[in-house]
Amino acid sequence: MSSLFTDPERAERLIDIAQSSLLPLLEGVILYTIPLTLISFAFGLALAVLTALARISTVKPLQIIARIYVSAIRGTPLIVQLFILFYGLPTLEIEIDPFPAAVIGFSLNVGAYASEVIRAAILSIPKGQWEAADTIGMSYSQSLKRIILPQAARVSVPPLSNTFISLVKDTSLASLILVTEMFRRAQEIAARTYEFLLLYMEAAVIYWILCFLLSLVQGRLENRFDRYVSR
Amino acid sequence: MISVRNLHKRFGDLEVLKGIDLDVQQGGTVVVIGPSGSGKTTFLRCLNILEAPSAGSVKIGDQTVDFSRPLSKREIASFRKQSAMVFQHYNLFPHMTALENVMEGPVTVQKVPKQKARERAEALLTKVGLGEKLHEYPFQLSGGQQQRVGIARALALDPKVMLFDEPTSALDPELVGEVLQVMKDLASEGMTMVVVTHEMRFAREVADEVIFMDGGHVIERGKPEDVFTRPSQERTQRFLNLIQNTDVL
Repeated sequence: MSSLFTDPERAERLIDIAQSSLLPLLEGVILYTIPLTLISFAFGLALAVLTALARISTVKPLQIIARIYVSAIRGTPLIVQLFILFYGLPTLEIEIDPFPAAVIGFSLNVGAYASEVIRAAILSIPKGQWEAADTIGMSYSQSLKRIILPQAARVSVPPLSNTFISLVKDTSLASLILVTEMFRRAQEIAARTYEFLLLYMEAAVIYWILCFLLSLVQGRLENRFDRYVSR
Repeated sequence: MISVRNLHKRFGDLEVLKGIDLDVQQGGTVVVIGPSGSGKTTFLRCLNILEAPSAGSVKIGDQTVDFSRPLSKREIASFRKQSAMVFQHYNLFPHMTALENVMEGPVTVQKVPKQKARERAEALLTKVGLGEKLHEYPFQLSGGQQQRVGIARALALDPKVMLFDEPTSALDPELVGEVLQVMKDLASEGMTMVVVTHEMRFAREVADEVIFMDGGHVIERGKPEDVFTRPSQERTQRFLNLIQNTDVL
C-alpha cells in the first residue's frame, strides 16, 4: 500500500491506466449505459401508466393482472429477472441478444415500481377534478389526458426521479448478461491490469456524476411544474 | 325547461332522496334550501348525473332520461350537454390559466376552433369582471374570482341550464357579493338556474320558487316571500329561525 505513495513508477502507471481507461469507460456510458437507461425508462414509464390505470380501473381481470405483475417484479431480484431473460429463456428456444434482453428486463422493472408511484399520484388528485371534467363533457380518456395526468405528473416528479436514478445504477447489472456497458468495461480493464480499486473507483465516480446531473434535471422539472402552485 | 319526476337516490341502505318532483320554466330560477344532510346537494348532482339516481326521471330541454334502467356512457354524456355545474369549491383546473380553464370544454369536448374559443372565453371572463385576469393561474386568484372563472367555464358550454352547488359557501363574506351579482345578472338575462344556497337575500331577489328540503323530501315550496315570511310547515319555520339566529343571512 505504501508503495502507492512512495514509488514514483507505480504512481505514473496508475495515472496512465486512469487516463487510458477513461475513454473506453465513457464509450460504455454513451453507447450502452445512457441508451439502456433512456429506452428502458421510456418503455417502463408507458408500461407503468397502463399498469396504474389497470389497477384503478373497475375491470376486475385487469386489476388482477396488474397486481400479479407488480407483485412478481417487486418480489424477485432484478438480477434473477435478467438471468431468466438471458440465460433461462434459451431453454425454450427463445434467444434474446444482451442489449434487448437488458431493455426488456429493466423496462419490466421500472414499469412495476413506477406504476405504484403513478397510481398514488392519480389517486392524490381531488375527486372534484374528475367531476369538473365530467360536467364539461369530457370522456374518461380526455379527463385523464387533459386534467388528471398533467397534475399527477407534477406529484410524480420526485419519486420518479428516484426510480430513474436507481435505473442508471442498476444498468451495471447488465454487465452480468454480457452487455459491454461501462461497469463491464471497468471489470475487464481491472482484470487485465489488476488495478481493481482504481477502476472501480473510476466507475463509481462516473455513476455519481451521472446521477448528480440527473438530480439537477429533476430540480428544473420541479420548478417548471410548480409554476401553477403557490409556494 | 326542467321537469323532474319522483326522483330517488339510494346509497346502499340509505335513501337520500325519497321522491322529488320539480318543474322549472325556461328562464326560471329555483333556489333549493335545507339543512345539511337534507339531500339538496345530492338532488342537484342527480340533475347532472354526477350521482346516478336510483329511480325516477329527469327532463331537461327536449331530452328525458329515465333512471329505472342503467344508462350508457353515451346517454349520460349527451344528457350532460344540457346543463353545466358550478361547484362549492370551484374545482378549477389548477394547471391551466383562467382563460385556458374557460376554453377547455369548447376546445377539447366541442371541438370549437381555438381562436374562436379564445375570443368567446375572453368575452365571458370580461363579462364576469375578470378581463384583467385572463392569464392568471387559479392560485393567483381570490375565492370570489375563482368562482367567477367557474361560472364563465360553465357558461362557455352554452348550457340550457346552470346548476349551482352552494357557490358562495366556501367564500369569505366580503367576496360573496361579487359572485351573487354575476348570478343575478345571469338570471335577469333569462338563464334557467337551479341554485342550492343559504343566501336568503339572493333567494328573495332572484328566485321564482324556493324549495325547502329535509330528510330527502321536499317539505315546502312556493314563492320566496311566502316560504320565508309565512311558511306553512313547522320544520321550515324551525330551519329559518335557526339560520337567522346563526346570522347566515
